[in-house]
Amino acid sequence: MKSAAWHWIYRHSLPVRAGHWINVICLTILLMSGLQIFNAHPALYWGGASQFTNPILEIGTQADAAGQPHGVVSLMGHIFDTTGVLGLSTDQGQQVARGFPAWATLPSPQWLAMGRTWHFFFAWLLVLNGAVYLLYGAFAGHLRRDLLTSGRDLRHIGRSLWEHLRLHFPRGKEAERYNVLQKLAYLGVIFVILPVLILAGLAMSPRLDAGFPWLPALFGGRQSARTVHFICAFALVLFTLVHVVMVLLSGVWNNLRSMITGYYVIRDEADHDAH
Amino acid sequence: MMRTEKMRRRSLLTRLAAGVAALPLAGCDRLSQTEWFTRLLGSAESVDEAVQGTIAGRWAMAPEFTEADLSPQFKSNGTQNPQDPAYQQLAQNGFADWRLAVTGLVEHPASLSLSDLRALPSRTQITRHDCVEGWSCIGKWKGARLSSLLDQVKPKPEAKYLVFYCADVMEQSLEGEVKYYESMGLADAYHPQTILAYEMNDTVLPIPYGAPLRLRNERQLGYKMAKYIMRIDLVDNFASVAGGKGGYWEDRGYAWYGGI
Repeated sequence: MKSAAWHWIYRHSLPVRAGHWINVICLTILLMSGLQIFNAHPALYWGGASQFTNPILEIGTQADAAGQPHGVVSLMGHIFDTTGVLGLSTDQGQQVARGFPAWATLPSPQWLAMGRTWHFFFAWLLVLNGAVYLLYGAFAGHLRRDLLTSGRDLRHIGRSLWEHLRLHFPRGKEAERYNVLQKLAYLGVIFVILPVLILAGLAMSPRLDAGFPWLPALFGGRQSARTVHFICAFALVLFTLVHVVMVLLSGVWNNLRSMITGYYVIRDEADHDAH
Repeated sequence: MMRTEKMRRRSLLTRLAAGVAALPLAGCDRLSQTEWFTRLLGSAESVDEAVQGTIAGRWAMAPEFTEADLSPQFKSNGTQNPQDPAYQQLAQNGFADWRLAVTGLVEHPASLSLSDLRALPSRTQITRHDCVEGWSCIGKWKGARLSSLLDQVKPKPEAKYLVFYCADVMEQSLEGEVKYYESMGLADAYHPQTILAYEMNDTVLPIPYGAPLRLRNERQLGYKMAKYIMRIDLVDNFASVAGGKGGYWEDRGYAWYGGI
C-alpha cells in the first residue's frame, strides 16, 4: 500500500453545484404542487378530450360489500386497492377521499388555486435554472467534457451495468469521470425527460395551443400531453430514487461534499488493489 | 427488555424523521397563508400573460375540430341549474322575457333579447373546452360575435374590461347571495372566436351549459367563460367588482389570466 492512498479532485464547479440544489428545490415543489393539481381531477386520458368512461388511470374511492370505503387505483382497467395512500388516506386523524395523500401535495389540504400558484412560479425558476445550466455547460465545456458519451463509453455499457449490479463502483482514475451509466442517465434527464415534460406542460395551455397548434398535436392531443407530463414527472421520481440510492451506496459523504464544496476524494488504485 | 427499548427508540427515530420530513411542507403551508408570499408567487401570472401573449400572438385561433371529435359526454361544471326564482321564471317560458343588459362605459347602453342576439353576425365553432381541474371536452358552439355587439354599443375610450354578471348563485354571504361574475379584457373580446353562445351541439343551449347565453373565450380556461349571463358591464378597473380581482374564482385565489 502506498502512503498517499487518496487525493482530492475538484469535481463540480460552482454553477453546477448551485444549479443542482436549485433543481432539488424546484423539482420537489413542482412534483408536490403538481400532485395537488392532479388531485383536482385524478384521472388521465389519451387524445384531445377526456373520455370519462375510459380513463388510462383513475384514482378514486369505492365502497365494498359491507359499505366500507376503499381507496382504489384503476390502471388500464385493472383495479388496485390503495387504501391509506391513494384514493383514501388519513389527514390529521381524518379519513379523506383524495387522489394523492396530504403529505405528498403542496399545499397539503385540497387547494387547487394555491397549487397552481406554486407550480407556475417554480416552473419559471426551473426553466431559468436549466437555461443558465445549458449555457454554462455549452460554453464552459462541461457538457462536452463530462457528459458527452463516446463510442468507447458505450462499448463498456455491459460491463458497467454488471459492476453496478454487484455494487462495485469505479475507483481510482476511473472514478475521476462519470461512468457510462451516469452519463446516459444525466443526458436522458437533461435532453429527453425534462424537455418532453416542459413541452407537455406547455401543451396544456389553451393560449399556447392557439399560437402553436402543433404543440398538443405533438402528443396526440391535450389530454395525452397531460398524461405524458405525469409520466415524465414520475420518470424523474424514479431517476431521483436511483440517484439517491447510488449516492448512498457509493460514498454518501464524499458525494455530498463534492456537490456542496466541489471537492471529491479519489481513492488511488493501490488502495483499491489492497481490497 | 432490550428489545422493547430498541423498538421504542426506533419508533421515536421514525417519528422524528417523519417530523423533520414534514417540516418543509408545514412551512410551505404556512407561507401559502401569508399575503406577501402568495403575492410573490402570483407575480408569475403577469409574466405568463405577457410572454404567452407575445409568443402566441393576439389573434391566433384556438384549434378547431370536426363533428367526429365531439365529446359524447360533455361535463357540466359549476352550477348545473340556477335556483334563483327569477331565473327559473325566465327558463319556464324559454327565456322569451330574458334580456341581456349592456351597461357601463359604452356610448349606447343596450338591452337585447335572444332574437336581437340571433340577428347579430354569428360564428359556429367546434372547440376544446379546458377546465382548470385538468379535463377537456370538445363541443360545438354557435353564438353572436362579441365584436359585433361591441360595434353596436361602442365602448368608450376608457373602457378596458367586460364584466359578466350571471344568474347563478354561488354562495350566501353576510351581504346576501353571491352570484357568479367574470371578466375579460377588451382586446380578447374582439377575437373572432369570442362569441356569446346560444346554441350547443346544434340545439338551443341547454341549462347545464349556461342557457340562455354563455361566453366562449376559447383561448382561456373554463372558469373564464361565464354561463347564465344577465348583464355585461364595461369598466376601466375592478374596484367596484366584489373582491376587486375581476371574477368569482379570482376573488378566491385563482389567476385572472386563464390562458394556462
